[in-house]
Amino acid sequence: MTTTTSGTGHEVRKTGGLVIEDLGVSLTGTGVDVVDDIDLVLRPGEVVGLVGESGSGKTTVGTSLLNYSRAGAHISSGKVLLEDRDVLELPWKEVRKLRGEEIAYVPQDPASALNPSIRIGKQLVELHQLRGIGTAQSRMQAARDGLAEVGLPTDDEFLGRYAHQLSGGQVQRVALAMAFLPKPKVLVLDEPTTGLDVTTQKMVLDTMAELCRAHGVSALYVTHDLAVVANIADRVAVMYAGQIAELGPRDAIFANPSHPYTRALLDSIPHLSQARALKGIPGRTPSPGRRPEGCRFNDRCAFAVDRCREEVPALRTIAPEHEVRCHRAGEIGTWDINIGTVPDADPDRPRDVILSVEGLDVFYGRKHVVHDVSFDLAKGEVVALVGESGSGKTTISRSIGGLHKDWTGTLTFEGRQLATSARKRSAEDRRRMQYIFQNPYLSLNPRLTIAQIIRRPMELFGLAKGKDANDRVVDLMGQVALGPQMLHYQASRLSGGERQRVAIARALAAEPDVMICDEITSALDVSVQGSIVELLEGLRIERGISMLFVTHNLALVRSIAARVQILQAGRVVEAGSVVTVMDTPQEDYTRKLLGNSPRID
Amino acid sequence: MSHPSTGAPAAAETASAPESFFRRALRQKRFVFGLTGTVLVVLFAIVAPFLSPYGEKETAGPPYAKDGLFGTDYIGQDVLSRVMHGGQEVLVISVLATLVGMVVGILIGVVAAYAGGWWDEIIMRLNDVLLAFPQILLSLVVLTALRNPSDWVIILLVAAGHAPRVARVARGVALGIVSRDFVVAAEALGEKRSRVIVAEVLPNMTGPLLAEAGLRLTYSIGIVAALGFLGFAADPGAANWGQMMNENRLGLQTQPWAVLAPVLVIAIFTIATNLMADGLAQASQKGD
Repeated sequence: MTTTTSGTGHEVRKTGGLVIEDLGVSLTGTGVDVVDDIDLVLRPGEVVGLVGESGSGKTTVGTSLLNYSRAGAHISSGKVLLEDRDVLELPWKEVRKLRGEEIAYVPQDPASALNPSIRIGKQLVELHQLRGIGTAQSRMQAARDGLAEVGLPTDDEFLGRYAHQLSGGQVQRVALAMAFLPKPKVLVLDEPTTGLDVTTQKMVLDTMAELCRAHGVSALYVTHDLAVVANIADRVAVMYAGQIAELGPRDAIFANPSHPYTRALLDSIPHLSQARALKGIPGRTPSPGRRPEGCRFNDRCAFAVDRCREEVPALRTIAPEHEVRCHRAGEIGTWDINIGTVPDADPDRPRDVILSVEGLDVFYGRKHVVHDVSFDLAKGEVVALVGESGSGKTTISRSIGGLHKDWTGTLTFEGRQLATSARKRSAEDRRRMQYIFQNPYLSLNPRLTIAQIIRRPMELFGLAKGKDANDRVVDLMGQVALGPQMLHYQASRLSGGERQRVAIARALAAEPDVMICDEITSALDVSVQGSIVELLEGLRIERGISMLFVTHNLALVRSIAARVQILQAGRVVEAGSVVTVMDTPQEDYTRKLLGNSPRID
Repeated sequence: MSHPSTGAPAAAETASAPESFFRRALRQKRFVFGLTGTVLVVLFAIVAPFLSPYGEKETAGPPYAKDGLFGTDYIGQDVLSRVMHGGQEVLVISVLATLVGMVVGILIGVVAAYAGGWWDEIIMRLNDVLLAFPQILLSLVVLTALRNPSDWVIILLVAAGHAPRVARVARGVALGIVSRDFVVAAEALGEKRSRVIVAEVLPNMTGPLLAEAGLRLTYSIGIVAALGFLGFAADPGAANWGQMMNENRLGLQTQPWAVLAPVLVIAIFTIATNLMADGLAQASQKGD
């Protein structure tokens, strides 16, 4: 039962938390389990991180707490107990009342959660109005208080805005305010910071964690990024293929990860304080119905033995509150964060400049967005462009790649000056500089097969044709770790990581000297990001390809780049070798970025 | 129909894709129904003249009599025989008119969307001027001026009516595609503009364009029939489903079959082709 006591400044409640027992969700029709055997307790005021790759079933578990399952699936077993009431057994009317009021949900895409044609203030007021709570004045006051709690302005001008007049971070904080306004007991957050830059992410996460602790709200934070969880969660549950693989207090999970999958996830995360050789997890998450016998991770596990293929492991307690679903937990040694550490790129290496940018100014119509940017790129070197959204990093890379032509300045490639747009450059220059796009879901033509996509640059630049080209396609697919069976798949059948590999293979098909990588991992899972970075590093060493690497993730820069340009509002604020800039930042802005980045130490 | 080729470089690779697409379409019930109906009507139009009990212009009895399955028409010709003879011309003219109209319209629309900026403005404003003409009026003006219009004139006139309307739709669809990264990627590689349009943009427009093609075919048949109804057919004495409605409308009360029979065949054909186009559009959407 809920008891309310007067605390300092705000209400502090004691709630019973939420208990999930043996939850299972199956596909309607076939009866195949999407998730099964989920036991989890959310204590009052506690944030639990639910971590897993795409397809692990983490969002399914999240929405099950609200007695919701997506079309084509249904909750087939188990209990979700909120103060001795089973949410899954409640009549429909009470479930409707419960959603939002006692268990609130913050979706992944904040922009689609707010109604674009209703003003922010009215949407907040509506929450109480629909339930008939309070008077017009008290509702308005509650709306203002809610906005104040998430650190947003509370004046009439702000309340009168529409969602599209707010920034991404503001929209997400409004969504948080809406979730907290009815004073729920449980909060489910489904990757609410995906797509936000580090500064905004930090702000949203801090706001959320503080509100949960202050109001005694239990929160389930669903994400694919262990680094985010390291900063906010009290306990962490790692999910794989529909089951919890490891569950424990945050410090235990990060200091002593005991499931090979948890270790593999940790190996794929870049760190701010040291360069790491990132490793991806081979293969892909098996879809429901295709999960292997025995331990579900056995086909991707480096420690698998015969027993793992035959016998299904149970969750075992290996330390207080620390449970692992692995036969070999305890046998596979300890994990050390320093194993994957590699020396930082040597800042004093002699450089042989291949591409140089001088006095670059970029315009969008009359708007001047990039101011006097200069830097250069040496052979076999990776230079990172880092900044928050709107800092002009993508604009710079598009101008260099010739995709945006409204710019002035000097762009020199091996001593020759390049024209503004790709069409005006020679075929040879176009071939030698390749651009890889941020979103692999948009950059591949969904109607063409993988083979057609990869062989096109070879034909276009006259590098190979006929059977020779086919052989090279197979060869390239091998290099980016795609099997030849995918040759005739249409791009629409591939996962995000596989698509990005095809995009890289297409760039490689032109045998380039410079690759421009525009946030190529930001749309992907962390584990996939690890394997893409591993792939790029191999290509750089083997083929001596230079790369311009655009990203907002500073930790990633440490693992991949030798030099870095920090951008703010279209200007370079700090530049130099990665070691110097990250270990001894000179500018406030760089320090702020470093401070806001999630870290695992 | 006007399914654009994927512009694939090697024959071996293209061989499997269209087949699987057709098979996917065959799993759509509406496609199977539509295809069956369309094939039946087309077969009827091709084969029936050889099986008809009377010749195309042969008198079978008194006007508006009940002789034979559907009776006789206003000058005593057998209605069944006239229906059997009257399909080919209408179908060929409307299908060709639709094809020509679609191809020209898609070209205008896609080029406008891809070129963008001033080109887009100029092309689409000129297109708007053409849109202002009622479709049938243009045909009537030209046909009145010509003494003996051939079938080709009718085909081109009907197509000219379709093109600006198709162009509007095609431009709208293409606008959503030309800004996608894979089109930008093709440009960065330096692909020819024509190839970007044919290989990158068009294959992604098949769904909406197929639906539009079905609609346009229906309109074509309507316009061709209406022109026949108004007396603008290439051969005034020949059997023609559209013309039959005109010839026999005075006897609608005494001998309704003379009008109803051609109307029914046209109705079956238009419904069937629309179902087929819908099915194809759905199948192509599922590929995404």
